[in-house]
Amino acid sequence: MSAASPMALRIEPGRIIAWLLLFGGGLLMVTPLAFMFATSLKDSSEIYDLAFFPAHPTLSNYVTVLSDGRFLRWFANSFGIAVAVTLSNVFFDSLVGYTLAKFQFRGRYLVFIAILSTLMIPTEMLVIPWYVMAKNFGWLDSYWGIMFPGMMTAFGTFLMKQFFETVPNDFLEAARIDGLNEFAIFWRIALPLVTPALSALAIFTFLSNWTAFIWPLIVTTSKELYTLPVGLTSFAVESQVQWELIMTGAALATLPTLTVFLLLQRYIVRGVVLAGLKG
Amino acid sequence: MAGIELQGLVKRYGKTQVVHGIDLTIEDGEFVVFVGPSGCGKSTTLRMIAGLEEIDGGTITIADRPVNRLEPKERNIAMVFQNYAIYPHMSVAENIGFGLYTAKLDKAEKRRRIEETARILGLEPLLERKPSALSGGQRQRVAIGRAMVRDPAAFLFDEPLSNLDAQLRAQMRLEIKRLHQRLGRTIVFVTHDQVEAMTLADRIVVMRDGRILQVGAPMELYEKPADVFTARFIGSPTMNILPAKTSTADGKAKLELAGNTIALPPRPTALPAEVLVGVRPQELRVLAPGETADLVLTGKVAVVEPLGSETFVHVEHGDGLILASAPAKAPPFVGHDVRLGAGIDALRLFDAATERAL
Ligand SMILES: Nc1ncnc2c1ncn2[C@@H]1O[C@H](COP(=O)(O)OP(=O)(O)OP(=O)(O)O)[C@@H](O)[C@H]1O
Ligand SMILES: [Mg+2]
Repeated sequence: MSAASPMALRIEPGRIIAWLLLFGGGLLMVTPLAFMFATSLKDSSEIYDLAFFPAHPTLSNYVTVLSDGRFLRWFANSFGIAVAVTLSNVFFDSLVGYTLAKFQFRGRYLVFIAILSTLMIPTEMLVIPWYVMAKNFGWLDSYWGIMFPGMMTAFGTFLMKQFFETVPNDFLEAARIDGLNEFAIFWRIALPLVTPALSALAIFTFLSNWTAFIWPLIVTTSKELYTLPVGLTSFAVESQVQWELIMTGAALATLPTLTVFLLLQRYIVRGVVLAGLKG
Repeated sequence: MAGIELQGLVKRYGKTQVVHGIDLTIEDGEFVVFVGPSGCGKSTTLRMIAGLEEIDGGTITIADRPVNRLEPKERNIAMVFQNYAIYPHMSVAENIGFGLYTAKLDKAEKRRRIEETARILGLEPLLERKPSALSGGQRQRVAIGRAMVRDPAAFLFDEPLSNLDAQLRAQMRLEIKRLHQRLGRTIVFVTHDQVEAMTLADRIVVMRDGRILQVGAPMELYEKPADVFTARFIGSPTMNILPAKTSTADGKAKLELAGNTIALPPRPTALPAEVLVGVRPQELRVLAPGETADLVLTGKVAVVEPLGSETFVHVEHGDGLILASAPAKAPPFVGHDVRLGAGIDALRLFDAATERAL
């Protein structure tokens, strides 16, 4: 990507309107976040003033939250679960997506439709069957119980299938002639060619698991197994709600999100696939 | 011996048969070029040899070994694709090294072979580059390097030069030819380009509709095309084809073509009444005033194409244009009437119904 040319910087009325709209939209989204950060820097006495800027900014809330063993435990739970589920999705969704995209076999279309149709079922409807399943398998109140419904997703499989379809067969056939076995072709040739899709899937899966609330709430009973969103909410229902601490916890909870995005976003932008082909 | 033998090779896609029983013997070290119109089954045949496409009938033998049931990697062949298909996430060295994926070599030996290959192909300074930072010709060379490094029994090329511009194409053509002379390996090469076919091939295989029309050395095909298709495909510019009639009187065959009546030499079999006459532009010359020839055609000059060494002249004749040649120094002018002439030896006869040579 080259830098924008001077021509592109010319100011047009349409452009100004677009900027204003984007700015307004951005403000709408950033304000609650900014308010959350601002609140995390306030003293408990200021909480109900609802002023934006803290009168006496302090990091003491952070000290309190970070020295609370429960918070760290929940943070670690959420992190571990999100990472494990993400790795599982990245591997299995792409394996299935690749198979559906690049192999001809009986019933392929049927399998694809079956996977696709589950996209149309909202999570809320699945919670009860999941619960029954978890109960019968003895997975209630366990890490595996929290993770199992998300280990593979129809969305991820669908996404990866679509991307693998754009990988030219020539690459795979060249590898076949070079003597790679089918798994090596998937792992060493096809997968690196869809890193943009993998990164998108990884970010997406990580975020949705990091912020997941309903299912972890339902499936866990012991506080040690809570994920961060469930834990923070449990703070809020305690007799004396300490909003400044909840806001601090929430602020800390955005850190992994930011990190993951910053780490992976460059792979999303990079269009790798076409570089080895003509032109 | 690393020859390739095809016997009754058949390919079907569902109910449609696209290759109808091909028989061909390719000698060890031979350079064979497949040509033919789009969709005639060239790639399909090549891919069956490579093992990328299942065989629905017949057998393929490579180096005296039936390979029908063997995986591509067990056939000891290498293939170069039209799109190069070099892996974009690997450097040039890694790409070439991938050709040695199954070879049980130690690291140093692998490196030595990669460097040796890169040296032959002039890729040494580029070994650490990624494909995205290479030109089209360099990419194609990497693809060839990946095929070469393994020292396979045979190379298969599917239109490897068609994405290159004319100049680069000519250069790579030369390089492939030199590579063949140097390595002496069997090569099967698919192309649309008759110049590539003529210049590279030991033998050309002309295919059409999933069948082999003719097999022969380039000059053999040029001199004795088996049918109109081959006649028009081989040789540039394309041969003129004109409809004509034959008649027999007193046991002597005559050809009637655009007002000419030409006595034909005696031939063992009778001629059909309707024929097509082929004459190459190089052998159909613009006549000087008063000059005569066995066949004389007249018409108005439509376009003049000077090429330096000679000049081609498009002349209106009947409903179409025919192409003739004129001396480079004294070409005729557009709009003038000219007379074109060819000797009887330059005329090739084809059956108008079957388009087969007579
Ligand atoms: N996967 C497929 N399914 C069905 N038909 C196919 C398939 N692949 C090729 N064909 C058909 O087989 C015939 C031969 O195709 P092939 O690719 O061998 O042609 P080709 O001679 O290489 O043509 P081109 O010069 O355009 O590359 C064509 O009619 C094509 O439509
Ligand atoms: Mg083809």
